Amino acid sequence: MSLILNHVNYVYEPNTPMERMALRDINLTIEAGEFVGIIGHTGSGKSTLIQQLNGLMKPTYGEVYFHGRDIYDGDFSLKELRSKVGLVFQYPEYQLFETTVFEDVCFGPKNLGLSEKEAGLRAFEALEYVKIPKELFYQSPFELSGGQKRRVAIAGVLAMRPEVLILDEPTAGLDPQGREELLGELRRLNEGKGMTIILVSHSMEDVANYVQRLIVMEDGGIRFDGTPKDVFAHCDELEELGLMAPQVTYLMRELQAKGFPVEGNVTTVDEAKKSILRAISWQNRMRPC
Amino acid sequence: MAEQDETMLRDMTLGQYYPGKSILHSLDPRVKLHGALAFIVSVFLFHSFIGFAVVTAFLVACILMSRVPVRYMLKGIRPILIILIFTAVLNLFWTPGEPIWQYKILKITRQGLLNSGYMVVRLVYLVVGTSIMTLTTTPTRLTDGMEKNLRWLNFFKVPVHEIAMMMSIALRFVPILLEETDKIMKAQMARGADFETGNFFKKAKNMVPLLVPLFVSAWRRASDLAMAMEARCYRGGNGRTKMKPLIYNRTDVCALGLLVIYLVVLIVIRIIV
Repeated sequence: MSLILNHVNYVYEPNTPMERMALRDINLTIEAGEFVGIIGHTGSGKSTLIQQLNGLMKPTYGEVYFHGRDIYDGDFSLKELRSKVGLVFQYPEYQLFETTVFEDVCFGPKNLGLSEKEAGLRAFEALEYVKIPKELFYQSPFELSGGQKRRVAIAGVLAMRPEVLILDEPTAGLDPQGREELLGELRRLNEGKGMTIILVSHSMEDVANYVQRLIVMEDGGIRFDGTPKDVFAHCDELEELGLMAPQVTYLMRELQAKGFPVEGNVTTVDEAKKSILRAISWQNRMRPC
Repeated sequence: MAEQDETMLRDMTLGQYYPGKSILHSLDPRVKLHGALAFIVSVFLFHSFIGFAVVTAFLVACILMSRVPVRYMLKGIRPILIILIFTAVLNLFWTPGEPIWQYKILKITRQGLLNSGYMVVRLVYLVVGTSIMTLTTTPTRLTDGMEKNLRWLNFFKVPVHEIAMMMSIALRFVPILLEETDKIMKAQMARGADFETGNFFKKAKNMVPLLVPLFVSAWRRASDLAMAMEARCYRGGNGRTKMKPLIYNRTDVCALGLLVIYLVVLIVIRIIV
């Protein structure tokens, strides 16, 4: 039991003509160690939702609990919460400001009140983890490539050693190889260190390959919540929301419709490969000699 | 904490546009500019209760026509509250005349009371009057209007178009930079940054993680915009035409007529009373 949202509603700019309901009655429990994906159309409330989780936005009504405690209780420290629930914003490279990469990653741990030495140690560890070569440690963060900047920014949050890591579109603007690497690192964090990871994404391929649980948002509410397989089984409804299942799911469905004995609710290329190979060998066996 | 930040950044009514479809919203921006100017002049014209009544009636009519909530308009007064109090106190105690109350060197005169009342009313009217203009006109239309109104300055080699373009770009970027500030602030708060506690120097130092990225991003946006303008062959105001040229229609002419009548009435009152 780690993060609970109870009847959370959020209204933007209340009492003005720009008033807009961004979240409607969200009830959500995120267990420790989960790898959760959140997808939804632009403006469906994904970004607003994740900011409720570390107290950057306060629900208009409803409560947020972390480890069984209401985060808006008087004696609950939001600063401490933010070190436990790390949030990496979209295009996090725009938050870099220090003179060197290393100093920038130290910023978070230092804010936690750690000593120079301890902060440095954590920064070192985090930078190693996201595979930034050592010769870049003492360069200006503004001289790095786009992908490197992003990894440094993520290291800046990792260095605080959060229990939960939330990432908003971490792969936006990265090339396919950069995506794979980054998502692979997230999986290692989840499996190796048991970190809870919440991944907000537009890319169905990303979430289908990596997450264990998928939440689909629509117009400020939760539409589907389940394993990627369960969610992508609602292919047609997803399309109505302007979302698509992974391309491979469509391919397998069509193969099935054409009469091939393959599984239709496949979500990753790997699974599809196995299913097709099985179907072929089965057909070969059935063929009369 | 986050909630405070949001209200802090979005609580700026002065110079903000309030979307709507009233008569005032649809007026030509030039008419509204003339109107604001006429109103500013009129605020300093009245010296009597009749004049005051006319100006008040005009302002109330404008507020009603704009269909902008009054509460929204009055928010613009908050930033000038200190100036208001200061003006009132100065006028109250330092106007010579027949004293109606005296305590040692402090004295309040009848004229002082009147003066300080009028001054406060004038300042409030000034702010409310001009904010009616900005609340009902988008920044782009406003600068369009200014550009056309001030075209005669070209004769004196003033680059009117360029100034108007700079103004509209600046205004256009205000909400973007505010949003960006909000975003970077949150990103740094997620890393444990603290923008609220500490003394002045500590606070200033805490601003570095906000200001450096903001500056970098403003720079990047500026260079992107320059590139985009160049790609569209922008080369200043010479021979440039508008997609939606400003043309006075009947309502605009009527409004201008009303403005003239309003000013004449006030001048007459000023001379007679």
